[in-house]
Amino acid sequence: MQHWIIAPIVLPALIGAMITLTMRHDVLLQRVAALASAVLLVGLTGALLFGAAQGGVESYELGSWPAPFGIVLVLDRLSGLMVTLTAVLGLLVLAYAIATGWDQRGRNFHALFQFQLMGLFGAMLTGDIFNLFVFFEILLIASYGLMTHGGGRMRLRGGVQYVIYNLAGSTLFLFALGTLYAVFGTLNMADLAERATQLPAGDDALVRVTAVLLLLVFILKGALLPMHFWLPNTYALAPAPVAALFAVMTKVGAYSVIRVFTLIFPDTLPSIGGLVSDVMVPAALVTLTVGMIGVLGGGTLARTVSFGVIGSMGTLFLAIGTFTEEALSAAIYYMIHSTLAAAALFLVVDQVRARRGNSTLLPQAPMYKAGVIAVFYFLAAIALAGMPPLSGFLGKLMVLQAIRAEEWWGWGYAFILGTSLIAVVGFARAGSVLFWRPFDASSPQVTAGMQADDLAAETAAEEKAEADAIEAEEAFEIAPNAISGLGQAVLGVMLALLVALTVFAGPVSRFAQATAAQLYDTQQYVYAVLGSPEERAAREAAEEALADDLHGADHGAPAHSETPAEEGH
Amino acid sequence: MSLALIAALPFIGALLPGLMIRAGRNVCASLTFATTALALIGLMMNAPAVLWRGEVVTEGWEWLPQIGLNVTFMLDGLGFLFATMILGIGLLIITYARFYLSKTDPMGNFYTYLLLFQGAMVGIVLSDNILLLLIFWELTSLSSFLLIGYWKHLPEGRQGARMALTVTGLGGLAMIGGMLILGQIVGSYDISVIIQSGDLIRSSDLYLPALILILLGAFTKSAQFPFHFWLPHAMAAPTPVSAYLHSATMVKAGLFLMARLWPALSGTPEWFWIVSTAGLITMVLGAVIALFKDDLKALLAFSTVSHLGLITMLLGFGTEYAATAAVFHIINHATFKAALFMTAGIVDHEAHTRNIRLLGGLRKLMPVTFLIGTIAALSMAGIPLFNGFLSKEMMLEAAHEEGTWFTVLATIGAIFSVAYSFRFIVHTFLGPVRDDYPHKPHDPGFGMWVSPAILVVMVLVIGLFPAQTVGHFVDVVASAVTGGEIHTHLALWHGVTAALIMSGIAVGVGIVILAFQRSLAPIWDNARRPEAKAMFDWVIHRAAKGANELTDALHDGAISRYLGIFTTVILVYGAWAFAGGEFSQGTRPLLPIGPVEVVFFALLMAASLGVVLTHRMRFVSLIVISICGLVVSMTFVQFSAPDLALTQLTVEVVTIILLLLALNYLPKETPVESSGARRLRDGVIALATGGGVGMLAYAILTRDMSLPTIADYHVENSYIGGGGTNVVNVILVDFRGFDTMGEITVLGIAALVIFAIVEGLLQGPASRRLANWVPDMAQARDRHPLMMVVATRVALPIALVVGMYIFLRGHNQPGGGFIAGLVVAIALLMQYMASGFAFSQARQKVAYHGMISAGVLVAVLTGTASVVLGWNFLTSTNFHVHIWPLDDIHLASAAAFDLGVFLAVVGAVMLALASLSRIGRRAGEGINLTPMDVDPSAANPVGGVDMSRDLNPEDR
Repeated sequence: MQHWIIAPIVLPALIGAMITLTMRHDVLLQRVAALASAVLLVGLTGALLFGAAQGGVESYELGSWPAPFGIVLVLDRLSGLMVTLTAVLGLLVLAYAIATGWDQRGRNFHALFQFQLMGLFGAMLTGDIFNLFVFFEILLIASYGLMTHGGGRMRLRGGVQYVIYNLAGSTLFLFALGTLYAVFGTLNMADLAERATQLPAGDDALVRVTAVLLLLVFILKGALLPMHFWLPNTYALAPAPVAALFAVMTKVGAYSVIRVFTLIFPDTLPSIGGLVSDVMVPAALVTLTVGMIGVLGGGTLARTVSFGVIGSMGTLFLAIGTFTEEALSAAIYYMIHSTLAAAALFLVVDQVRARRGNSTLLPQAPMYKAGVIAVFYFLAAIALAGMPPLSGFLGKLMVLQAIRAEEWWGWGYAFILGTSLIAVVGFARAGSVLFWRPFDASSPQVTAGMQADDLAAETAAEEKAEADAIEAEEAFEIAPNAISGLGQAVLGVMLALLVALTVFAGPVSRFAQATAAQLYDTQQYVYAVLGSPEERAAREAAEEALADDLHGADHGAPAHSETPAEEGH
Repeated sequence: MSLALIAALPFIGALLPGLMIRAGRNVCASLTFATTALALIGLMMNAPAVLWRGEVVTEGWEWLPQIGLNVTFMLDGLGFLFATMILGIGLLIITYARFYLSKTDPMGNFYTYLLLFQGAMVGIVLSDNILLLLIFWELTSLSSFLLIGYWKHLPEGRQGARMALTVTGLGGLAMIGGMLILGQIVGSYDISVIIQSGDLIRSSDLYLPALILILLGAFTKSAQFPFHFWLPHAMAAPTPVSAYLHSATMVKAGLFLMARLWPALSGTPEWFWIVSTAGLITMVLGAVIALFKDDLKALLAFSTVSHLGLITMLLGFGTEYAATAAVFHIINHATFKAALFMTAGIVDHEAHTRNIRLLGGLRKLMPVTFLIGTIAALSMAGIPLFNGFLSKEMMLEAAHEEGTWFTVLATIGAIFSVAYSFRFIVHTFLGPVRDDYPHKPHDPGFGMWVSPAILVVMVLVIGLFPAQTVGHFVDVVASAVTGGEIHTHLALWHGVTAALIMSGIAVGVGIVILAFQRSLAPIWDNARRPEAKAMFDWVIHRAAKGANELTDALHDGAISRYLGIFTTVILVYGAWAFAGGEFSQGTRPLLPIGPVEVVFFALLMAASLGVVLTHRMRFVSLIVISICGLVVSMTFVQFSAPDLALTQLTVEVVTIILLLLALNYLPKETPVESSGARRLRDGVIALATGGGVGMLAYAILTRDMSLPTIADYHVENSYIGGGGTNVVNVILVDFRGFDTMGEITVLGIAALVIFAIVEGLLQGPASRRLANWVPDMAQARDRHPLMMVVATRVALPIALVVGMYIFLRGHNQPGGGFIAGLVVAIALLMQYMASGFAFSQARQKVAYHGMISAGVLVAVLTGTASVVLGWNFLTSTNFHVHIWPLDDIHLASAAAFDLGVFLAVVGAVMLALASLSRIGRRAGEGINLTPMDVDPSAANPVGGVDMSRDLNPEDR
């Protein structure tokens, strides 16, 4: 088991490099290698998840340097779950991209895709905060390439904004890490957690600044207001399968918040206290509102879904920001759900675009074989809006119950339920325009009670919106095999996963509970990485003995790797 | 049969019609019928236990016990009544719909939706868990959305569907909140527990919010005032849908819920006033509006609203008698209203209109329909011998007990009820036969009238022999509702009671009002009153528009604004966080400020200011920025960090060169786009944030760390463990080699992305723009000057040797793969600058894609090799090599890793350059065949270069 933890990072790195080196001129080779890698990754991460589910925390010291001096990878329930989710999503999206020919609409898709996966896995597995930064960079730069895949004026423009905004975020991350190292003198997360309790009170202000700066970096990734501005255009303009993969990118932000703010800066720390919740809870409520309002006023289906993602991040961060074991377990369940639901909806967007050339919410001619897409849309929209019977509703119930103990629960209830209604109305309107109105015999209809000038104004507004929207989506030419049965099958699998998540909500939520409990047992994590006090004492004694032995030996001392005793935990 | 199976059957069966429609409409309808029939039979198998043995059948298992959500079902009298109605009337509707739907309607879809809806309804009434009930509840909203919008080509259908979904969805969401609160008060989400805990609930502080939220759900579903407006618009659905949803099922779900939770919630003044008032208003209002509706289905819709109000009012009274009356009326209403809807559907189907003004005289043309419609309508009017009379008497009796207001208003409701019921009969069927029907009507086939016929038989039988037929049933159900033992005496004749007198008044006055209906109608139509549909449309329209405007305004795409917000947020939160904690000032003494520091500082300040001042001139500001970079490099030197200085310097050179190349094809000036005020604001934000960062840096640099850092370990172990004396390099390739592996991957990916984007550009419309690009600056006439060519040629081998030297010494002295890579890349870059890309490219054979991937591969494989040997990933080793005549060479395995770094860096820089030069080619840059434009040694000194842009026609 020991070395397997590195595999999800090494495998896509190797395959990505191999594709660039030897296969970049052959489509079939690329596809086979990429798919094989994705399948293997599902198996590997599944095995890691199975291992983590046994309840232990595993630490892997890269270069055999003892923690906290080198970099460690850490596998616990949360990271095991995240990598498995990512691998499954990655495989489905890759299969979809291949089935619909999206992978051939630009260069280097498969290599970038592998590197994207590598970045995601690394960010989820690392136990070192600077290493987290490095993997954030990998996934950012790879996502930039994927986002602009296929080109087009609007997409490139959106891509530039995406990369500028996120580079600003990276800069902030560096500021945060500089401050963090200056205060803590270490980068290992377990060590940080331990030192956080040992720092003198005079460092409180700087600890708080560090925490807030890190929080801002992570919520930028997680698209929490007011750091979400990069998301709507990016997701709406990116190739829809890529946007589907990006559904897990926002979750990396959520994951990082959970990891860092349960382990290093928990609210039990006197210097932190309610700092994080005070920022996150109001921001989450506003995010929820702005997101769901965007669902109603998106203008195109792609934007509607993008805002749906923002709204669901609001719900997720509300649960995370509560910082109780129950709320975290709700958040973990909701996170799985939200990833799959958003991804499924983006694939629906792609199917719609493949049939109409755009996803503007204005009546056009009926779509080719729209029936099955309508069913997919209906299910995925129900899921993302959090309506019964799919997992979104269960997740929402869990969140609602978890925040009940908080003082502000009334606000939470009002916002969550109120915005659900807005989302339902928004998705119903969108679906009605896409799937019903094209069959209208005499559109536009004069509706009873609507004055003529109202109607004229509306028509004018519609025309303007149409022009805008079509301009915004000019890049979406229809590929020959975009309407592929295989692509629809992948979409079906994704929805089946949502159904499974609903049916097996009990076991999944038990796992989520165990995960949350493990997150609150920070001692387990710290001991797994740094060793328990007894182990540390024993190791120090051994080192001293070794140093005595070596004393006076010649300068050609054996490298540390020749004494592999350190690996013994 | 298992309760879960009864609830599941319609869902399972829902798969059939959609598929089996391919086998024909009869097969499709039969299978739907069979599914429902099977479920009904299964239900009846439980009848002995529930009805005669008085048991409550339960069943279930855990689903999500963590939040109290379990799949538990229970069947008592109340559930039995509703399930019977849902499945029984469902059977009739399925039969009716088979003949109602035309050939062009997709019947498979219809039955699928219908079964989904049926399953959801059965689920509601069988649930023993309120969270499970909520799921079914919302499912009815969703499936009814599909049913109401079934005729997707009708705008009314779509709007009605969306309105129904919005209103019932609103209630459903409120109810989620209410149910969760309720469950938390009780500590259980099981209905069987909740209805035992009435006292606990009523004494809770949260009783009122829970009550209001739950009632919102019930009122919206059951179309109670002021949420009654969606129901008439849902009539755009096909008539079978209306008959099903609005007589027996969906609208009764709210009543079911109130009845179900009656023991837990009723009996308080709040309950009484909210529920009975809403019911009373709805009853009267619905009845009055119904009288003036000309559309038969609209008339029936408002009559339904009125009757739902009646039942709600009865439940609101909170007495056992009233609850019993409510139960009885639920049964009766379901029978006559479903029959009436189907009658209206038959009329519509045959006469091709439902407009009452175009009808009349159908008695002779459609005698069977007339008979069915008349019996049902008389029952609705509350005329003796029909079942509606019995329950209406009980209602009047109950209202009479509540005081004068209720007596008067209930009587008014009854009056209008009589009036519209008679209007249904008189204006549709009686009167002379007309000759201007849109279509000559006649009685439909047996298949269409059998369903309503069965129902009116029940109307009659129950009306005549109430005690013998449904007496016991009503007792069981009412007992289940109230939680007590109820024994009613249903009978036709109770003597002359207050209720009878009220009934008499109602019939008399009702007939009089009907006589004046035609003259009252214009007054009613012209009266100003709030039009719910228009208001609703307005609200939704405004909301959607507002949402669109808000969303667009918030996300206007201005990156400067986004970044302004980003920066402000950092500043505000950072300052707030800092202010909230204790801060002890640092104690480190400041270093003395020497002349070097002063010069650096002045240069840095001047350069930064220069960037601000010159930022509209892009080339100039780029040069000025490079000054900042140089100062930073020099600062590293000053503070004894040669590795950092070397890195910074080389990175600076490479990026500036690449940026210069890229800027060449962009406008050279940045236009002024924002107002002075905005720039001032941005300036303030920038200064404040910069100041904040400066203060943070100052706070950090002036203090000692409270705890020892991990750096000490790195210094101690650099040689012992890492085999190198240059700690910085050992950190890069060994201690934190994993970071470096990631970073070279980033570099490689960046180059791949640049390549992909340029490739995309060259195939898109941008390519045409580039082809027509005219240089906007004066071009050097000597693009490849002799001196530069010579200088770079001389420098190349030196640079390569220096690169190798830096690479090899890296582990012990300042240097390493990263810097070496950059040095070599710079040397190569110079060749390209001197002699042009194509010339240089022709003289080397390495593909840059390959070089990048080789670099990444070498780095990763070095790490993997350790794993193969049984050590952890990236574990290093080092050894001494003696190769004569060289001195002892100390090699670390990390050197292989560093080689990967070297390759990736060179490859990435060169691929970026290659991509940029492709843009240049497209923009018409000529290809030179000789190394320089003017070659003194050649026969023809000027030539060899083709300045013409027409050389490569394939590029145009």
